[in-house]
Formats: sequence, C-alpha cells, structure tokens
Amino acid sequence: MSNSFLIILGIITPLFAALFSYVCRYNNNLRDSFGIIGGLITFVISLKIFHGIQNNEVYQITFFTLFDGVDFAFKVSALGSIFSLVASSLWILASIYTIGYMRGAGEKNQTRFVIFYSIAIHAALAIAWSGNLLVLFIFYEILTFSTFPLVGHKQNAESQSAGRLYLSILVGTSLIFFLPAIFWIWLKTGTLDFQDGGILMNKFPAEYLSFLIAMLVFGIGKAAIMPIHRWLPAAMVAPTPVSALLHAVAVVKAGVFSFLVVVVYIVGPDFLLQTKSSDWLVWLACFTIMASSIIAITKDDLKARLAYSTISQLSYIILGAALASSLALKGASFHIITHALGKITLFFCAGAIYVTAHIKKVSDLKGMGYKLPLIFFAYTLGALSIIGVPPFIGSWSKFYLIMGSIEREFIIVAIILGISSLLNIYYLLQPVVIGFTQNSKKEIKLIKAPLTVWPPLITGLGCLVFFFYANYFLNNISGVIVN
Amino acid sequence: MFDIFLDDAPALVVVLPLLISAIIAFMPSKIWPWIVSIITLLLHLFLSLHLLKEISVSGLIIYEFGNWEPPWGISFKIDGVNIGLQLLFSIFVLVSTFYSRKIFLNEIDYRDSGKAYSLWLLAVGSLNGIILTNDIFNLFVFLEISALASISLIALGAGQNRNALLAAFNYLIIGAIGATFYVIGVGFAYAMTGTLNMNDLVIQLAQYSDGQLAIFAGMSFMLIGLMVKAAIFPVHIWLPPAYSYAPSAVSTLLAALATKTILYFFVRLLYEIFIIYPSYLSLFLDFVLYPLSLLAIFIGTVIAIYQDDIKKLLAFSSIAQIGYITLAFSLKDHSGVASGFVHIFNHALIKGGLFMAVGYFAILYKDRVTLNSLKGFGYKYPITSFALLICGLSLIGLPLTNGFISKLYLFQALYTNQMYFSIALVAVSSALAVVYFWKIVEQMWFSEVKFKSEKEDAYIYLPIWIVTISIIVFGIYSTPIIEFSNLSADYLISGYQN
Repeated sequence: MSNSFLIILGIITPLFAALFSYVCRYNNNLRDSFGIIGGLITFVISLKIFHGIQNNEVYQITFFTLFDGVDFAFKVSALGSIFSLVASSLWILASIYTIGYMRGAGEKNQTRFVIFYSIAIHAALAIAWSGNLLVLFIFYEILTFSTFPLVGHKQNAESQSAGRLYLSILVGTSLIFFLPAIFWIWLKTGTLDFQDGGILMNKFPAEYLSFLIAMLVFGIGKAAIMPIHRWLPAAMVAPTPVSALLHAVAVVKAGVFSFLVVVVYIVGPDFLLQTKSSDWLVWLACFTIMASSIIAITKDDLKARLAYSTISQLSYIILGAALASSLALKGASFHIITHALGKITLFFCAGAIYVTAHIKKVSDLKGMGYKLPLIFFAYTLGALSIIGVPPFIGSWSKFYLIMGSIEREFIIVAIILGISSLLNIYYLLQPVVIGFTQNSKKEIKLIKAPLTVWPPLITGLGCLVFFFYANYFLNNISGVIVN
Repeated sequence: MFDIFLDDAPALVVVLPLLISAIIAFMPSKIWPWIVSIITLLLHLFLSLHLLKEISVSGLIIYEFGNWEPPWGISFKIDGVNIGLQLLFSIFVLVSTFYSRKIFLNEIDYRDSGKAYSLWLLAVGSLNGIILTNDIFNLFVFLEISALASISLIALGAGQNRNALLAAFNYLIIGAIGATFYVIGVGFAYAMTGTLNMNDLVIQLAQYSDGQLAIFAGMSFMLIGLMVKAAIFPVHIWLPPAYSYAPSAVSTLLAALATKTILYFFVRLLYEIFIIYPSYLSLFLDFVLYPLSLLAIFIGTVIAIYQDDIKKLLAFSSIAQIGYITLAFSLKDHSGVASGFVHIFNHALIKGGLFMAVGYFAILYKDRVTLNSLKGFGYKYPITSFALLICGLSLIGLPLTNGFISKLYLFQALYTNQMYFSIALVAVSSALAVVYFWKIVEQMWFSEVKFKSEKEDAYIYLPIWIVTISIIVFGIYSTPIIEFSNLSADYLISGYQN
C-alpha cells in the first residue's frame, strides 16, 4: 500500500464509520460497532505511519492548490504521528465505552451522537496529518463545528447556552486571532508549509514575534489558556464519552498540538530562543497552571474538577512550547500522550460512576470505593499518572518539563511545577480518599454497565505499563526536535 | 445570417430584454411569460459569451449607437473590466429566473405573472445597461428604469405583506433623491465640459486640471447620488425593507446584482474620471468612503445580529458586505481594487444563494421567515438547508468557500496598505457574522422540534445548488475570479499611477 494512500484511508475511515452508522441507524448494535471497527482500522494505519516515521519514510499527498504557495495537502510530521496514534487508539476504547454509557444512561439521539463523534475523530486525524497551517485551520474549524452537536446533545436550556459559549469562544478566537495570524505568516513568507526548524527565521521581523505568538496562543482557543478557558468547563454538560475522548484527548489536544506544531515547524525553536519572544507566555502558562489547580480544588462536581485539571495540564504543554528548549519540547510533546492516557481514564471513571450510581459530586462518593472497587482502582492509577508518580507514564513528561525549565534557567517555573503536583495530589486523590474512608448510610441502587468499567481499567493499566516503554515514543519525538 | 445580429451584440444584450419585456406584459398565461423569459435569457447568455470571445481577441469594444460617433452619440464600452461582470450577470440572471417560476406562482397572483416577468426583464435589461454604458447621462436613464422596475417588483410583494408597499414607496422617494443628486452632478459636468461621454469627459476635464469649484461640486453630487443607489452606509436605509418585503425571487435578483452593478459604475467613475484630480479623489476616499465603509461593516453586522426576520437579517448583512467592497475600493492601489472586484463576485453568489434558500423557506412556511419559524427545518427540508449552511459558512469566510478567498485578498490589500485597525475590525466583524448565522443554524438543526424530512421541489433546489456548488468550486479553484479581478484592477489603476 502506498504511503499517500494510507493517509487518505486513515482520514476517510472515520467518515465512512459515520456514514455506515447512519445507514444502519435502525440496528443499534450494528450502528455502534462501526466506531470500534473504524477505531481499529485507523489505529493500525496510525501505528504503521508511526513506525514509518521512525524509519524516515515520507507520508504526504497534495490534492490541489488553494492559492499562491498554499496547497490542500497532508504531510505527516513526527508530532502528528504521535497525536494520531493517541487519538485513534483511544477511539477504540471510547467507542466501547460509549456503548455502555449511552445505553446505561438512556440518552436520546444516539445515532446523531455516534455520527458526529466519528466526524470529530476525522477532523482530529486530519489536523494531526495536515501539511500546512491552512489545512490545519480548516480541520480545526470542522472539529469545532462537529463537536457542537455533541456538547448541546441534551438540547435543554443549559446545554444550549453551553453550546453557544463553546462555539462563540472557539470560532470567535480562531477568526479574530488565528486566521489573521495565518494571513500574516503567509504575507511575510509566502508559504504555510510545515518545515523542520521553522519558516519564519530571517523573514519575520523579530520585534513583532511576541505579538504573533500572542495571536496564535489566544487564537488557538482549544489550548484553553487563561483567559480563553471558559468553554471547557461549559462543555462538560456533554455526555461523558464526549468529555473523555474529545475534551480530554481529541479537541484539547488538537489545540495544544496546533500550538506545538506552530512553534516547532512554523516559528522554529531556534528563532524563539534567539528572540525570547515567548518568555512572557511562560508566566501566563504558570499562572494558568496554578489558578486552575486552585479552582479545581473548590469544585465539588467531579467532571468540573477534572475539566479544570485539564486546563492546568494543557498549560504544561503550552509552557513546554514557550520554553522552546529541546528538553522542554520533548516533555511537552510527550505530555500529549501521558495526559491523554491519564485523563481519559479519570473521565471514563467519572462517567462509569454516574451511570452505575448516578453520582456526580465528590462529596457524595462516601463509601463508594467498596461498592465499585474496579472503577476506583482504575481512577487511582490514572490520578497517580497525572500527578507524576513513578512508575507511571506521567512522571516522564513532568520530569522532562522540569529539566527543560532548569535548562532555560527558569528555576521558579520548576518550583511552580512542583507545587502544582502537590495540588494535583490533593484534588485528584480526594475522591479516592472519600470513597474508601467515609461510610455512607444511604442505600444506593447500582446499575450494572460492565462496558464502562473495562476501558478505564485498560487505560489505567496502560499508564503503568507504558512507563517502561517510554523510549518507544520518545524516539520519535527526539528525532524532530533538533536544536 | 446571425452575423448581422452578432455585430450588434453589445446593444442586443440590453435591448433584447427590454423589447421582450414589452411583449410579455400582455401575455395572460401562467407559464408562457416564464418560458419566453428563459429563452430570452438563454439568448442573452449566448450574446454575452460571444462578447467574451470578441473581447479575448480585440481587448476593447466601443459600440456606437446609430453609428453616431462619440462624443456625440451614445456608446457602450466593453473591456476587460466589465466582461467578467457581464458573464456573471448573464449566468446568475438565468439561474435566478429558472428559480423564480415556482416562487412567483406561490407569492403573487398567477394572472400577474405576465406583468412580473415583464418588469423582471426590464430590470435585467437596465441593470445590464449600467454595466456596459460609457455615457454618464445614459447611465442615469438606466438607473431610473432599473429603479422603477425594481420598485414595481418590490410592490408585487404586497400580496404577501402590505409592508411591501411602504418599502417600495421608501425606495421610490429615496431612490429618486439619489437619482436627482446624480443628475444634478451630470448637469454640472455637462455645463463645464459640454460632453457626456466618459472617455471624452476625461479629456475635456483635463483643461480644468487646477480644479474648479463647479467641477468638485458636480463630482460630489454624482458620487453621493450613486452612494444612495448602491446603499452605502449611511444612505442605505431603503435597502433592508426593500429586500425583505419584496417577493423572494425579486430579493434574490436585487441582492445579488442590483447594488453590485451600481458599485461597479461607482468605482469606474472614481478611477477612470475623477482620477485626474488626485487630491479630490484621495480626500473623498480617505475621509468619506473609508470611514463610512468601516462603519457599514461594524454597524451592519451588529444590527444583523439583532434581527428576528431572516430576510432583514440578510439585508443588513448585505450592508456590511457592501462595506467590505467599498473598503477595498477606498485603498487606491491595485491590490485594493482587485480585492473589491473579488468580493463583488463572491458576494453576489453568496447572497444570491442565501436569499434563494430563505425565499424557498418562506414559501414552505407560508409566512415571513423568522428565527422561530425555522425550528427543525434542517430535518424537514435537508437539501435546501444544507445549501443554506454552505452559503452561510462562505459568508463567514471559512476556507474552501469563495468567501474565504475574498477575505484573504482583502486582508492582503489592507496589510500592504498598513491598515492594521481595519484588519482587526474585519476580523472581529467576520467573527460576529458567526453569531447571526449560527442563530439560524441552531434553530434549524438543534431545536427540540423534530420533523420527518419532506419532499422538496427540484425546480427550486436545483438552482440553489448550482449557486452553492459554484461557491465551493470558486473557493477551491479561485484562479478565474482572481485573474479577472487583477485584470480589472490593471485597467482601472493604470490611470491612477500615470
């Protein structure tokens, strides 16, 4: 199979999954199986591409020219191969989980849900493999629009206003900041292609680079840096499979991935290090990390707490990109994988608890640990990974980020990362402590939904196992980031 | 044997619709006026294509009426600038006439269809005259014919809603004021130079190269008169009610083409004639047109957000979009004028498509289309709704649609002129466009009301989809529009730089 055909197949498979789900909309089991099948196919393709990139193979395809110097083209970068691997592998598990959750919770409009879920994955994969910034932008917008029906799924007043907020912040920022920034880059360089080492060096005036970085980081609203973070907690009204795969993996990771790609392949780390134009962003990222951790502590709603935790974790990646040293970029790229695995586990667990016991609040979890031991076990694994305790995979990315900040002589940043880990321990492990220490006198009727239990166990154990295989991923990353 | 006719093609594209319109008026039947109109417009398209062929050979055609040489006789001029517009006009008119039949049958008494198509062809012929004429007084004549035809067409909407009469009357009064201003300006020019021919006017005006108050007064009158006709903010007030209360087919024709043709003449006047007074021109562009364009963009968009009536919403969005075009024209350089032409093209298609889709909804709903009435239409009428969605995304300016190409070139033009404030404003207002457009989408697909899909009329959705597909095609393959616009800018701007 030729390399370019692989790309087309990988991008189109989720669309076909959506189409077949629609065709088979009257047969629930058949309809829902296409998510799993599509996930398996895209996963195999992503894995093949991932290995191909390690062996220096080139995966690219050009369709047509949009305007001078900008083609509608896909080209897989090393970073993209990682992102697509994460998104497609977790899609399989999320599809299984979706079946358990949606039926367990008795949600309506399941067909529409499955269809837009697949389209969102399609957009995420296309973002991962996009060949230039404009193609990335196109699928960035498709991702926003395709997740709108998922956020507003319940169609009540609350989800409708959340959907509006979601859409207006994401589309608004992208049209006001991101697109003009893309035009600016194009006008200065005449191209938007991703190239190792960036394209802006010697072409873009260094004194305006800070401004461009600001337009990009605020324009890519999916990266959820403060003050453009309000959409993420609002999006939590969506059913949990959406929060799990999209708002912990595909959508938010598409945001930070876009920013990382811009730093690595458009601006170029060297140019950033020379001009120090992103140093201000380091402090904004630190502020976001601390502020959202503190907000997370105050949240009693488990999903809201996880959402603020996500905001804080996303800023780790922004922080790594802003530091722009090779170690920090390595940590940031790796954090895409580690946080995805950890956070999807936590969201899976939160949804499983909701389906089986109808509990949303942390304070209501009293004694639940004994009733739902497997779910709490998985939750603990995910939480430990995000906190960064060895031997969990999350410890690697944190290690590299701290090393990176020391390398750039930002000692305070290293300290802030440490403090943030302490806060993580408090707000992520508190549910576990409550679950196992306090006893509730209330009788709670449990509904069995086994399909919601196994996916978090798998991802939770993944956090543990992949700690020992970190080099497998890191090889790909260090190949890209050459300072 | 056709050669005799083909030699007169420049005159025929205008005269043919005008002539046929007089015949159609007496046809009592339900369908014949439409058939005759379609045949006429097919011929019209054929003639336009013939003109394109001629132009690609000779580059310039001056057609003299009655073989009276200009500057004495009336002449038409066809060159690289207006041939593109002529083609767009020809094709779009054909498509919208095709679309109009079922719409007219629903919205007006079928016994009136003869009158309706008579007025329709009258509007087509006179608007086409505006594109081709090379004579400032002849333009006034076409302006008046087109205004009277459009006003009568708008008034036909009175069967649906009595407000149409008021809208038509408003247009009549305001339009007449605009036309009067224009003709006073023409009077000044004629008094000073003794000529009405545009090429001759440039030569004659050269003798007053140091400037004369009478000339400047005349120029100002002409420009203000045209601004009223082209609905440039703040003299746009006739447009929203006129577009929204007219029968849907009429709004389609007017929104897509009427203001565009006048804008074309407006820019021609600026860059072909008034160019000989650079200081006056830059005064007008920098201190009148430029700020007004920015206001139009911002205020038009904001008012559109607060509209409940969809056709009115689209009309206010048109005010903003006209603002984009005039903003581009106010830039005084090649990139600006070119991007203005790009947007004239693209916006004609986008707004035409939107009005077509909404017009069909009005018929299906059998009442005025408000936000509430669109509930669940996405499921009920998926084919038309999807076309509306694509046109709307293009209006916002998302990539892969022609709206994006417009925005790209507008940004480029503003950037080369270092107008960063305008860039910010355009970016913000395109984001605000999402607000009003998404309100529609939300009602159509994401409200509680659910319907099974119903059968849609292929006679109506086919033309809508032709426009929609052209929006996507020109978003991906934009070369023809870009080349034509660059060519137009070359023609117009070469005068400025010399």
